[in-house]
Amino acid sequence: MLDLLKGPVLSVQEFFGLTAKAVRNIFRGPHYLDDIFLQMDVIGFGSLPIVILTGFFSGAVMALQLSKALSTYGAVGKTGELVSISLTRELGPVLTSLMVAGRNSSGMASELGSMKVTEQIDAMRALGTDPIQKLVTPRLVATAVVLPLLTVIADFLGLFGGFVIAYALLKMTAAHYWNSAWQALEYSDITQGLLKPFLFAFVVALVGCYFGMQTTGGTQGVGRSTTRAVVVASVWIFVLDFFLTRIFVNL
Amino acid sequence: MVGHSSEPVLRFEHVWLYFEDKPALEDVSFEILEGETRIIMGASGSGKTVLLKTALGLLKPDSGRVFVFGQDITRLNESELFDIRARIGVLFQEGGLFDSLTVEENVAYPLVNQKAAPRPLEDVRERVEEALRFVELEQTMDKLPSELSGGMRRRVGIARAIASKPALLLYDSPTAGLDPITAYTIVTLIIKERDTRKATTVVVTHRYQDGAWMANFRYNPESGCLEPLRNGSSTERRTRLMVLREGRIVFEGERCEFEAARDPYLVKFIKR
Repeated sequence: MLDLLKGPVLSVQEFFGLTAKAVRNIFRGPHYLDDIFLQMDVIGFGSLPIVILTGFFSGAVMALQLSKALSTYGAVGKTGELVSISLTRELGPVLTSLMVAGRNSSGMASELGSMKVTEQIDAMRALGTDPIQKLVTPRLVATAVVLPLLTVIADFLGLFGGFVIAYALLKMTAAHYWNSAWQALEYSDITQGLLKPFLFAFVVALVGCYFGMQTTGGTQGVGRSTTRAVVVASVWIFVLDFFLTRIFVNL
Repeated sequence: MVGHSSEPVLRFEHVWLYFEDKPALEDVSFEILEGETRIIMGASGSGKTVLLKTALGLLKPDSGRVFVFGQDITRLNESELFDIRARIGVLFQEGGLFDSLTVEENVAYPLVNQKAAPRPLEDVRERVEEALRFVELEQTMDKLPSELSGGMRRRVGIARAIASKPALLLYDSPTAGLDPITAYTIVTLIIKERDTRKATTVVVTHRYQDGAWMANFRYNPESGCLEPLRNGSSTERRTRLMVLREGRIVFEGERCEFEAARDPYLVKFIKR
């Protein structure tokens, strides 16, 4: 039994060790600004198309589904309100983070994993740079900056998707939809909607980097790390989301 | 006679290192003196690479001590190790080049990143050119490692290892997987570097031939070729061989002792 637990406990310990080092490196030099901007471009700008598409369609689908349910109570007019609340609180942050996890946790795991198996990580250490400082911290900082921004874009496009359905199919006026969507939002929704992706960014970046740095066993190992990174990051986004929502609901 | 009485550059004292429950190094003790050439041989999985990585402080031994330039590196943390590593040049098994950087950036990497020696940019450029000229690849500066052949990547790796003019050079299987002609070129470069700068050199290999070349030849700067060492001049540089088997040192000594050995494991290396 103890032997069975040893592996997972060790992994958790190593993961938090990596987290601590990556965060500590933010506050001390050397800083690799070029790498941070490069990663922002890769993670942020690179994820725009999928974030735009998922945002738009999830908003549109929400409007379709909710209008159906709301029509039973004769409250189709509330569609904008519900779309806006569920998007900013939940769907925007979670879907965006899941998309970025699928795209970038896997990317980080495979990139760092390939570097690990071809001894580039060892070479980096041997040649005077800390791989956590040079590889992990820039990815963490970049993700933490761009994920909330991507979420804002996804939220807006989701609202726009909802508007297209509300206007074209439900025959609502633009003013009515946008007004109800706007009025429904409170500051706590926005806080929650921006804090979540910020915290999910830690999961996305650190899980991807952790599995990359742990890679052993050649190209096969890189494949394994990539899959694991996406699975673990996605599951942890949901778990963390549950706890964060629990906290915010009580506030 | 160079270095016979001087301080050891690298010393292992009863080093044990385990991977999970399997020992990768078992009670390894040896020392390498300044100016010495050490050939470490062994079959794959015998712990050669682990030994080099331990010498660099990339792996921490479970017990025992490792001294590099007289300093116990098992007690140092990562940032203190950077200062020691700045004095060591290393060629990794497959070259270990950064595939996202150009050849020039790869060779410049230790010069730019080592804290100990911040250098002006023109100086870095000059050093990079010099190192690449040494391995005769100055025309590949702007290429990416993926555009080079296996032998060329190995040569760029050597250029990167020697760019900062380190006092100790470690080569991990420099000829593995190369054809005999390219392997000869690589060994020639290693001997040329050893004989021009008189740096302490450690070569890990599974081919006895590499060791024999290192022990019997010297670089002639006038002709630019290798030439056999004449009798009597072999004392000028000390070359010692060491054989690892499953993490243990099973032989340590001069080439003539190695060739006289009767142990079947050692004989296999000579016959191959």
